[in-house]
Amino acid sequence: MVKIECISIIGGIDKSGNPENLTSLDIRQGEIIGIVGPTGSGKSQLISDIEQLSQKDSSTRRQVLVNGKVPSPALRNDPRQKMVAQLSQNMNFLADMEVRDFLRLHARCRGKEQISTDEIIHKANQLTGEPIKPNDNLTILSGGQTRALMVADVAVISESPIVLIDEIENAGIKKHEALELLSGHNKLIMIVTHDPVMALSAKKRIIMKNGGMSTLLEATPEEKIVSEQLSGIDATILHLRELLRNGKHIRENDLNFIPESLLCNEENTSLTL
Amino acid sequence: MNNTKNTHKLPLIIIAGTPGAGKTSVLVHTIRILKSANRRPALVKIDCLATDDDIRFAKLDLPVLVGLARDMCPDHYSIYNLNEMEEFAQKNHSDSLIMETAGLCHRCAPYTDNCLGVCVIDSTSGPNNPGKAGPFLSCADIVVVTKGDMISQAEREIFRERILEANPLCNIVDVNGLNGQGAAELAQQFRNFKAGHSDEDKLRHNAPFAVCTLCVGEKRVDKKFHRGLLRTMSGCEQYVGE
Repeated sequence: MVKIECISIIGGIDKSGNPENLTSLDIRQGEIIGIVGPTGSGKSQLISDIEQLSQKDSSTRRQVLVNGKVPSPALRNDPRQKMVAQLSQNMNFLADMEVRDFLRLHARCRGKEQISTDEIIHKANQLTGEPIKPNDNLTILSGGQTRALMVADVAVISESPIVLIDEIENAGIKKHEALELLSGHNKLIMIVTHDPVMALSAKKRIIMKNGGMSTLLEATPEEKIVSEQLSGIDATILHLRELLRNGKHIRENDLNFIPESLLCNEENTSLTL
Repeated sequence: MNNTKNTHKLPLIIIAGTPGAGKTSVLVHTIRILKSANRRPALVKIDCLATDDDIRFAKLDLPVLVGLARDMCPDHYSIYNLNEMEEFAQKNHSDSLIMETAGLCHRCAPYTDNCLGVCVIDSTSGPNNPGKAGPFLSCADIVVVTKGDMISQAEREIFRERILEANPLCNIVDVNGLNGQGAAELAQQFRNFKAGHSDEDKLRHNAPFAVCTLCVGEKRVDKKFHRGLLRTMSGCEQYVGE
């Protein structure tokens, strides 16, 4: 497999046909980049261009280079050589088959027959409420279960040096745990998000506008402090969510809740990215 | 793809696929790219009962011929009329002939020996579909996969694997029929295809055997009214008739 040091996005055109404001962008191994912008501004298309390693052949006319070179067709298409894992916005599976068979088949496609399907299902079940069973049919899974299974599948079977994540906060799965599962060591990660906690956790973020890459912002030191405070607020909200899900009443002092996990996380900076 | 004689004939590209898979959308994007590379193909659209795809093709400002198979099998109709299409393309000084057929039962395949056979298949039809699709997929040179943006990356990869199981030597191209992503790669393969077809060409795959009573107008359901090569649910096949 090719070692990824850097991918370059050569800007194309926006929805009006004008050249993109960002004419080129290099992303290096180990970097985490947020992609933000209003709905319809082209965030998912940017992810799709990278997944396909577009060569000026998509609607945006962007070109994606790997280590400064045009990638080979096999690198673009063959799942065994693919170096991009993508979690798209899809909330349901269309394949009419059992979870276990689906995972086995996908593992075979990626040349990873030795992977245990039970382990993937176990990982997915850490992210969702009601557990997924190996003989469940894919099409009956809920939005959250589907999403959790997609995350676990991307993390284990599609395990790749480039990880593209489209709105991980969707469908009510545990987003921090999901992100941690997907991140891994030294990967190049791009996250499309509307969630301020997620957006501020990235060191850099691309601002999308009218289908084009408008600017690249670097997180300021002040934003880093805001980000930490926001994580506390977010943890409180997630705590309330779990209480409500489990049929509890909310009391005023639940608002002062600071989870232990957050206290631990201040030493373990892997989640603050 | 070996040339026999009459190699003066134009390169023939035949597009087949299930209804709604996106054959026409894929073609429109691909032909736009061919046109910008100064290619001038003639376009033929074969449909069963009605079509308005000629209006979409007409916008490309290229010679367009439409045929409706009506009571005839559309694949048979398109093969039967190949010479007429060739004449149409020659008359219009086209550099190639691109024909889109509306296959019906998918028990046969419309591709000839020396054409470029292109099968368009919808990836949302499920991973079991490539195995069931039949000769129009297994005999194709290129398999175009559409609607990949509607399913997860894992499902796309499984779908691809299933196509290769049915047709190990084909070239798979992902094309998004809405925005044309991937069409440039397909256009490049069209451009690279130079073989002319000939009068001696044969179909790559045979059609189902025989003509049945339904073909000639029988509407009664009961078994006793049926003639021809008939097959029971248990797999027993026999000829009934004179």
